[in-house]
This record gives sequence, C-alpha cells and structure tokens, in this order.
Amino acid sequence: MNPELVIVGVLTSGIRLATPYLYAAIGETFGQRSGVLNLGVDGQMLLGAFAAFYVAFTTGNLWLGLLAAIIVGALMGLAMAFVTVNLQAVQGISGIGFYLFGLGMSELLFKMMLGTVETVKGFPIVSIPFLGDIPFVGKIFFQQNIMVYGAFLLVPLAWFILNKTTLGLKIRAVGENPEAADSLGVSVARIRYFTIILGGILSGLAGASMSIALLNVFQQNMTSGLGFIAVALVYFGAWRAWGVLAGALLFSFVNSIQLWMQVLNVPIPSEIAVMLPYILTIIVLVLTVSRVRPPSALTKPFDRGD
Amino acid sequence: MTEENKLPSGHTRIDSLEMRGITKRFPGVLASDNVNFDVKAGEVHALLGENGAGKSTLMKVLYGLYEPSEGEIFLNGKKITIDSPTDAISHGIGMIHQHFMLVETLTVAENVALGLPSSKGFLTDLDKVSERILELADIYGLKIDPDAYIWQLSVGQQQRVEIIKALYRGAALLILDEPTAVLTPQEVDEFFVIMRQMVADGHGLIFISHKLHEIMNICDRVTILRDGAKVGTRNIADITKSELANWMVGREVSMTRELEKIERGPSRLTLENLSCDNERELPAVKDFSLKVHSGEILGLAGISGNGQRELAEAITGLREIKGGKVLLEDEDITHVRPGEVTERMLSYIPEERMRDGMIKDFTIAENMVLREHHVPPFAEKGFLMLKKIANHSDDLIKKFRVKTPSRETKAGTLSGGNIQKVVLAREISRNPRVLIAAQPTRGLDVGATEYVHEQLLKQRGEGTAIMMISEDLDEVMALSDRIAVICEGELMGIVERADATPQKLGLMMAGENV
Repeated sequence: MNPELVIVGVLTSGIRLATPYLYAAIGETFGQRSGVLNLGVDGQMLLGAFAAFYVAFTTGNLWLGLLAAIIVGALMGLAMAFVTVNLQAVQGISGIGFYLFGLGMSELLFKMMLGTVETVKGFPIVSIPFLGDIPFVGKIFFQQNIMVYGAFLLVPLAWFILNKTTLGLKIRAVGENPEAADSLGVSVARIRYFTIILGGILSGLAGASMSIALLNVFQQNMTSGLGFIAVALVYFGAWRAWGVLAGALLFSFVNSIQLWMQVLNVPIPSEIAVMLPYILTIIVLVLTVSRVRPPSALTKPFDRGD
Repeated sequence: MTEENKLPSGHTRIDSLEMRGITKRFPGVLASDNVNFDVKAGEVHALLGENGAGKSTLMKVLYGLYEPSEGEIFLNGKKITIDSPTDAISHGIGMIHQHFMLVETLTVAENVALGLPSSKGFLTDLDKVSERILELADIYGLKIDPDAYIWQLSVGQQQRVEIIKALYRGAALLILDEPTAVLTPQEVDEFFVIMRQMVADGHGLIFISHKLHEIMNICDRVTILRDGAKVGTRNIADITKSELANWMVGREVSMTRELEKIERGPSRLTLENLSCDNERELPAVKDFSLKVHSGEILGLAGISGNGQRELAEAITGLREIKGGKVLLEDEDITHVRPGEVTERMLSYIPEERMRDGMIKDFTIAENMVLREHHVPPFAEKGFLMLKKIANHSDDLIKKFRVKTPSRETKAGTLSGGNIQKVVLAREISRNPRVLIAAQPTRGLDVGATEYVHEQLLKQRGEGTAIMMISEDLDEVMALSDRIAVICEGELMGIVERADATPQKLGLMMAGENV
C-alpha cells in the first residue's frame, strides 16, 4: 500500500480515536480537580452509548440520540453525586459499583430492547471549508465528524473554565482545601454536584461518540475498559486539560498504529497488538504519576464537622 | 478618616457587637451554656479558657458555622441572625482560623478573590483584586505580593494573607483564633504592631489565646469560660497574670518553676554529626551534635518544621540516618531498628500523638502496652496476658489520672489532654534511660500542661535523660536545664538555663548565631 496513504490513515484514525478518551477524561478532570474520583466512567459511557444508539436507531434522529446520552449521563452523575457528597461513600468503591451497574444495565437493556447488533448511520463527515481542502493536513484534521470537532474544542474550553473563571477558581479551591472554600461561603456540595454531573454528561457523550459517530453500533461492553483508561489519562495529564489532550493523543495514535498493523498484516500476533495501548498505560503511569501532586482533597469527602 | 463611622479600609465600623444568652447543645454535651459576650470598636477582647471550655463553639456561632440552640446576637444594638460564614462576612465579621484557611496551590490574589463576585461577571478579575490588596496592604502596613503562591510564603506571611482576606471582605470585627501559636517571638511582635494599628483605626478584635502574657500585653478586656459557661469579664488593667491563671483554671497554678538542683550525670544520649533527609529527600538535619545527660532536661527550641520531627525520628530509629552517629550510653544505635531501640529503654512521645503515638481504634488498655505487648509480663508464649494488661492499665489510669469511663474505652474518643496522658503513662512507666518528648503539651490546657510538666520533672529527678522538643518558648525556658536551638536542621547553639532570654532564643530560632 502507498506509504503516504498509510501515514494519513494512521493519523486520521488517531485523531478520530482520541474522541471518546477526550470527552471522558475532560469530564473526569473536572471531577478530580474538585476532589472527586469517579471510577464509574466506563459504566456511564456504556449507558450513554446505549441511550444514544437506541434513540437514534428508533427515531432516526442523531441529535435526539445525543440528547438521550446527555440525560442518561446527567442522571448517572446525579446518583454518583448523591452517593459521594451526601452519603460520603468511599469513592473508589462506589465508583466501581457504578461501573458494574452501567455495564450490567446497558447489557440488560440491549438484550431487552434490541436483541441483536444493529447499525445506525452515524454523524457524517463534515469538511471544514478551505481548511479541509489543505492537502494532507486537511484530510487528517478537518475532514472529521462533529463529535470529533466537539471533543477537541472541549480542551481549550475546559482550560479556560478551570483557569480563567470564578467557577474554575472555586473548583480548584474545593479540590485542594474544601475547608478554606467553605469558610469563604463557597458551597463545596454544590461545586461537587456540578462537576460530577458534568463528568456524567461528558462520559455519556463519550459513549455516544462511539455508538453514533465512530463505530455506529452498540455491543455489550463495547467500551472494553476505555473509561478506566480515561481516568488514568487524567493522572497522566497532571489534572490539566492540555496534559489530558497529550495523553489522549498518545493513546489513540498507538491504538491507531496497532489497528493498521493488523490491517496491513504485519506479522505479529493480533493479541500482542491489542495489548499495546494497555502496556503503554502502565509504563506511562509508572513514569509520570509521581511527578505532579494530585489535588489534596482528592477522594476525601467533605464534612464541616457540626 | 473622612466620616465618623468609616474605617480606613472604607468599610463601616462596628461600634458594638453583643452575644446574649448563647447556648449550644450537641447530643449529650452542653458546649456553650447561656454565655454573654460583647466587643466594642477599638478594643481587643480576649477569650480565655481551657480546652473544651467552649471558646471555639462560641466563635463558631458568631461566624455562622454553628447555629445556636438559644441566644441572640446584636450588632450596633440591632438584632441580627448569622446562618453562615457568608452572613457573618456580610455583617463585617471576619475570622482568622488557627489552621489557616488558605489554598496552598493558589496565589494570594486567587485566595482573596475566592467566593467573591467578580467585576467581570463569570471571569476572574485578578488584576483588580491585586490592586485592592496592595491598597489595603499599604493602609495596614502588611507587606504582601499578590502574585505569590501560598506555598511559597512563611507562616507569618500566610497569616497576613488571612488578615488581608478578611479586610478585603469588609471585616470591621476580627476573630483571631490562637493567632500567635505558630509564630516566632519576632513575628508575634510584628503581629501585635498590626493588631494595635487595626484597633487604633476602629476595628474590634476578639483574641483567643492560651498564652497569658500575650493577653496581658495586647488586650483591653478578658472573658473567661469554663465548661461552656462564662466565669466573668474583667479589665486587663485590674488583674495580674497569676490571678488570671488561677481564675481560668479555678485553682492555684504555679507559673514559674524552680528546678530542683540535680547533679548532671554521664551522657546518656550522644548525637555525633547526625544528618538525615525529610520526605522530599532534602536534607532536614545537618551535622547535628549534642549530648543529653542523665538527670537533665535538654530543651530543643525552634520554629515548627526546622528538622525537629526528623531529628526525633532519626534518634528513635524511625528515619534513615544519612551520616553521623547516635549513641545510647556507649552503644552505637545508629542503624538499629525502632523495635530494638525501644528494647534498649529509649522512650518517645511523638509530636503527632493521634497519628504516631497511639492507635485510635484500640482500647486504652491496648494502647498502654503497645510497646511491650509482645514480651513478659504482657505476653507469654505468644499469648496476650489479658489480666496483667488490664491490671497494668488500671494502675496507670489511676496513677496518671486519665479521665475515662473504663480501660476498654477506645483511645480515640478521649480528649487531647487525656490522650497525651495515656501516651505519657506508657512511655514513662517503663522507666526509660532516655526520653524524647516532642511537643509534649501542644494543644493541652493549663491544667493538663502543668501535669505533664510535673511528670517530666519527676523523670528528671529519677535520672532519665530527657530531650524535650518544643515550639513554646515559655515551656522550654521553664523546664530546661540547657536549651538547644535548631534552625533549618542546624544546631544554632546551646544556652544554659541561666543565660536564656526570649530575645536571645528568638534570634537563634530565626537563624542567627548568638
């Protein structure tokens, strides 16, 4: 195959594959910056993916599918927030509970409501005028679907919210020293409800991006642990939006390379190729995690003590 | 001042604030019992009492953190309700907490702006905030860089940020909760200058402290609380320091101690050029040498975080020693494991008693034998001798006057003073050769402090070599035969009891060789 075509192919699908990681990991970043570890991302993604697919499949309207994913994600976030903020549950454990709930429930709903693997016609490719016509670069960056563009726009937006707005200041303060924030009249509970629900919505969108924009099917456990990698990416990205972007790209490109290796029949066992991104996660996390300190109040429930 | 009732910061003065009949009940506890308290513009009103006397409760009610069960608050004669810190702030009441309420990873300006509406809507307006910070800093003589991160600042500077934060929010009345506990003597002097300036400008200040000489120095009136109830209010001008102490505790307290003359014995603990690192692998103790003799208390003074904890841990075997030697009498124990250090009769009262000194969820009896649970008489052939443990702990509970329902009570439920008595009992009752006591009275009230001091002196009398690490200069000067000063991990010098003055020690603590 023409080597130029292969390179463009690897890069184009690398960008595409970064999409679900970005939605999920940016959502998780907001949660963790406010002191909440949400390990239920993968479960939220699965339910979001199912909701989006089912609504899009039955109504034929992709936007309604997206709305369904947002609602389901928000509801999952709301439940998570109640358990985390009001009941002050141990976050690592309750998150796994939410993951298992999402995994099981999406499978059950799939069997009850669909039964077989169906497909939808997902979001079409939108070529950006002029930019999309640039040779090479245009094909890679500016001939993608709307969910891909959304994911990449989310990065500067998240950076802006966290660093330039009063809301971002409150989120950062609540994640570092909730007692201090509380003493200045910042409602720790309200901020955490906000970030956890936002995280749920973005996880739902991450799932939707897979089921109605990238793969355009719904299958049981179709995320196969992608949400957990998104959590790891937040650590890798040192709780910063741009760092998360770097991690997501690194990941999706390795993924894209292994997919293309299989397509091109490179003589290594496909099992090894599929393992690559996960081996990379472990290596990268070991090398980077001790570098930056996590938010001080991460995983710690806040209790005013009265 | 342009208008009669305006402060230099531009905010309205609080001429009087009055709390009437404040009662706060918690399940099973009466934390505040019908207390009246008032502050006027231009005065410092001290709130004094032992731990658990209800000072914090009263102030938390005033700052909107607790809702009172009964009682009313009047501001300039008008009744107000304070349901939250936001309410308190909007009425002009600010609070400087004992543990600073600052976000270390944010800048000064960000900490000040936190929670306030911005002039740019949902965007932050840090440049405007910085301007106003500098303006206020100028009025009150508080030097501060708005762009500095909190973690870069010294404790004294962080306190200034807290004050700016309150002034920025329009505080006319400030609650100062043990503001001097973390400061060096020089920083305390600077802080008092700021306090006087604020009072002269018409602010009202509530000053909570355990330190009687500070109250005598800076305050106009003092209110004493005991067991949640008010004992009374007096003008400072009409009362002496020892009257104040007796009045607070409700009995006679000895303020100064004459040390019984004891022949200084041979060196029990020798440190030779000791060096070790902290958690971040930076040098914490550098080339540290000294001797502690039998029958003496060597006080180690220094500002918190200058290597005291690391030094104590290095001696007791809890921290890896990078260079130098530790000798227990003639034996080299430099690289001996902590358990074996214990067996050689070195006792340690750690600074973080809740974390390092005991196991909260164990009973008092279990905590009493933590060090020797595995050796006779408390264990034989691998079995715990529960009867002996029970008798032993009943003995110690009685001897050390630990206030507890029973020996089976979980240690974590006791008050700070009683927890310290449990640790003290365990460490002292084995008649150690050497005792390292780190901040032995931190957070304890006058009565419990007095008791701990008596016990340390008793050990001294029995020939134990005691190294007492303390940030409280009064304590160091009252109890020590000799005083060593540590600064940034280095020994600044050793001063004989007779030659020690607070000024001299303060300069040494700040890093000057005297």
